[in-house]
Amino acid sequence: MTELIIFFDQIYKILFLLVPVLVSVAMIVWLDRRVWAFVQKRRGPNVVGPFGLLQTLADALKYIFKEIIIPASSNKVIFILAPIVTMTLALIAWAVIPFSETFVLADINVGVLYLFAVSSLGVYGIIMGGWASNSKYPFLGAIRSAAQMVSYEVSIGVIIINVLLCVGSLNLSDIVLAQQNLWFVIPLFPMFVIFFISALAETNRPPFDLPEAEAELVAGYQTEYSGMMYAMFWLGEYANILLMCAMGSILFLGGWLSPIDIFPFNVIPAPIWLILKILFLFILFALIKAIVPRYRYDQLMKLGWKIFLPLSLIYVVLTASFLMYFDLLPG
Amino acid sequence: MKISRILKTIFMIDFLTGLVMAIKEVFKPKKTINYPFEKGSVSPRARGEHALRRYPNGEERCIACKLCEAVCPAQAITIESSERDDGSRKTTRYDIDMLKCIYCGLCEQSCPVDAIVQGPNFEFSTETREELYYNKEKLLENGDRWENILAANINADSSQR
Repeated sequence: MTELIIFFDQIYKILFLLVPVLVSVAMIVWLDRRVWAFVQKRRGPNVVGPFGLLQTLADALKYIFKEIIIPASSNKVIFILAPIVTMTLALIAWAVIPFSETFVLADINVGVLYLFAVSSLGVYGIIMGGWASNSKYPFLGAIRSAAQMVSYEVSIGVIIINVLLCVGSLNLSDIVLAQQNLWFVIPLFPMFVIFFISALAETNRPPFDLPEAEAELVAGYQTEYSGMMYAMFWLGEYANILLMCAMGSILFLGGWLSPIDIFPFNVIPAPIWLILKILFLFILFALIKAIVPRYRYDQLMKLGWKIFLPLSLIYVVLTASFLMYFDLLPG
Repeated sequence: MKISRILKTIFMIDFLTGLVMAIKEVFKPKKTINYPFEKGSVSPRARGEHALRRYPNGEERCIACKLCEAVCPAQAITIESSERDDGSRKTTRYDIDMLKCIYCGLCEQSCPVDAIVQGPNFEFSTETREELYYNKEKLLENGDRWENILAANINADSSQR
């Protein structure tokens, strides 16, 4: 009996996390299109529901009723598996994100490593989709995406080391609590900028959306996908973007902590602060999509390997020496 | 590279300028209209949906001269005619395949009696192809419905005719 209670307790917890995440993914797609439109002085989706908020639900409904076309020459099992992998990986990472001191689904000690591992696996969904389509554009898109994501993961990893040096723990809640006095965005500002740009590349957002560059590759690895399978890729992508924003706010912007610990701010519940920070980062993502042109592929690789990696390595050395010299090393 | 150029790159000055500009643009008034609820102006010469007009006494204008059928570059118009009891020649069939039509306006120009005209209506999408094969009844009904606007448009454009 007690096992059953624990089991259902866990299920409820998971649902309580997943349903809001999925709903906010839908809202975030709307927000993205809306911000994009506003920068270009258009109106964006504003017909379905109040301010067009239900536009994504209408789109999802449309995708559900559309035919799923599976190319005859594709590897069918992997072709079908690819969007499922993308979607699942984008969602399971949310398990370790702490929304407040008490509200975290899995408070594991290696939270950062888990997040990092899951986001690294994300590239598999894209490679599988591109390869299984057995068509040239998806294949080229998948190759590009693999190279790009692997390159930028390296610098993200090094950036995370910077944060870990200051915290002395891999637990995400500890990382947030270590920022009570000073958010890491202030001492590690260059790292925050590099993290943000790498996150753009990691999630295939403009200006690094080469895997799906319309002008060259039709839609990259998504070319052969249709109906609900396309929608799953699409939702997975946005869930990943949201995850990257959450990671950025936890590592650098003090997670659920309020900016100043005085009256009007510290009454607002902790999850609201995290959501506000995620939203802030996401609006930046959306604005950047509207204003920047796409990088050339060699420029992208140069930026990743020749600029970001050395810079973040130098900063690791700097942080470590600083902490060592002033005897601030934690733990 | 010049020092100033390098500093500009490091501090991403160009990017930040662009970002500030984008944020300013967000709060400016929109350039687009809120289409289904708010419509743009349509010129009196707009070449939209076709209509067959009548004289004020209710008689059809079309005299079945078949000039429009002859001039139609897409061959979208089909006309059959016969003599009526009162000796006038009238159409028995006047079909326009709206899917073939390229909306060039030559039928309207060639018509000696202003019978076939293209009105300002451009929102006549349908769910099946068959609904866009217009026959005489449909065209006359269009003419009756849009007559006021059509007459005004022809009048507005009369100096150019």
